[in-house]
Amino acid sequence: MTRYSIASLVRNAFRDHEDWPRVWRSAEPKAAYDVVIVGAGGHGLATAYYLAKEHGITNVAVLEKGWLGGGNTGRNTTIIRSNYLFDESAALYDHAVKLWEGLSQELNYNVMYSPRGVMMLAHTIHDVQVFKRHVHANRLAGVDNEWLTPQEAKAFCPPLNIGTGMRYPVLGAALQRRGGTARHDAVAWGYARGADARGVDIVENCEVTGIRRDASGAVTGVETTRGPVRAGKVGVVAAGHTSVLMQMAGVRLPLESYPLQALVSEPVKPVFPCVVMSNTIHAYISQSDRGELVIGAGTDAYISYTQRGALHIAQHTLDAICELFPQFRRLRMLRNWGGIVDVTPDRSPILARTPVRGLYVNCGWGTGGFKATPGSGQLFAWTIAKDEPHPINAPFTIERFRDGVLIDEAAAAAVAH
Amino acid sequence: MLLIPCPYCGPRPELEFRYVGEAHIARAEDPSLLDDEAWSAYLYVRSNPKGLHAERWQHVHGCGRFFNTLRDTTNDAFSATYRIGAPKPDLPQPNDKTDAS
Repeated sequence: MTRYSIASLVRNAFRDHEDWPRVWRSAEPKAAYDVVIVGAGGHGLATAYYLAKEHGITNVAVLEKGWLGGGNTGRNTTIIRSNYLFDESAALYDHAVKLWEGLSQELNYNVMYSPRGVMMLAHTIHDVQVFKRHVHANRLAGVDNEWLTPQEAKAFCPPLNIGTGMRYPVLGAALQRRGGTARHDAVAWGYARGADARGVDIVENCEVTGIRRDASGAVTGVETTRGPVRAGKVGVVAAGHTSVLMQMAGVRLPLESYPLQALVSEPVKPVFPCVVMSNTIHAYISQSDRGELVIGAGTDAYISYTQRGALHIAQHTLDAICELFPQFRRLRMLRNWGGIVDVTPDRSPILARTPVRGLYVNCGWGTGGFKATPGSGQLFAWTIAKDEPHPINAPFTIERFRDGVLIDEAAAAAVAH
Repeated sequence: MLLIPCPYCGPRPELEFRYVGEAHIARAEDPSLLDDEAWSAYLYVRSNPKGLHAERWQHVHGCGRFFNTLRDTTNDAFSATYRIGAPKPDLPQPNDKTDAS
């Protein structure tokens, strides 16, 4: 692996940038691996990276039915924050934020992590009470979060409309300054490069069509569109398609898959300094380095695998954006798209062993998995390598639904999906 | 936006309806007889199929009644609509083509 540095940049500049090496190999699947990861999105690639780096397990394949980072990794609105209500979630997401802070150096790849601040707006007395509770809970858990008056919110985000003529006026905001955004594609590419350099095979256009088990029920490998692959351990990191894959091993999960939409405006000069989210009127918005305003809409009401969402869902979000930021009314929207998100009943992920020996699952991130990518990969690698969960992901089991120990973050989602 | 076939009112736009989730999940006659595994399966575990899905809708801004449909989750097309209490129509699974279009 060529290390990126100012020297390599200068060297390649003299060659008109024509000699940069490929960043990862296009691998053919071998007959057998120690570990097979299903799904080459951010979470799956991060899992492979940490398996190789921290646990010395390098005989690993990441199998991807489409192209690397082409699922929800390339479709989300790239928001990073850790201001969750419950201790279990705050620990999980803050662990990820701590990894984000050093990730570009760790990977020698610029993931453009930008802690520009995530501000969540309160529009009702109920919002104010809930957000203040969040602020206090977060500070007790060692997670930064602070309460802002409407004037302070406007000072932090000048485009914000705090006029009293709004149907839902801004009554205040909770601000997590360490929250922000990162470049989603770069996260997948950086982890892919780091994993590949340590010997991991990344196999694209290779769809898993079956999961093989022996007489005792333990996993022995997978069937794919490019032939069978033996493996002692299989980790499923397939987001919206997790139910489909787990069904191949006879495992039914508390998951449902919904389309979630996002859209971007035409690019404009820098106008928006932070991330703003509003649960009550449903909107979240930031500006990419390309200048596009990145806007997240809600999920459709019904389960679907269509990777598109209904227009009235996007329109509802734009209504809210135009109320909060009247100056954006004249912007054109450039593109919109959908991804399939897997949602659990308590809106917390599952990051655990399964009832099938040798089969592990990392799913249920729902509408907000991008922010957890580095932490999710590191903890899932630990779980696979040691066959037991790390203390941080120990509460995020499948059995919590049977045992009644839900981590009910539904009320804590930044926007109600 | 979906055009949803209400068995009482005919096809109407999605905004008139409320989605109620997977159909044919019956509450046990005596829940106290269920063990934790069976109770959590009733409460939380869903089929979430990529293909035909039997699901319940309520025509909240119309006749107000509940009914069931079969919808293909790969393209959102409805293939059957039927009244509560009627058995699930036995239709073949559509080909499981991927969704990336």
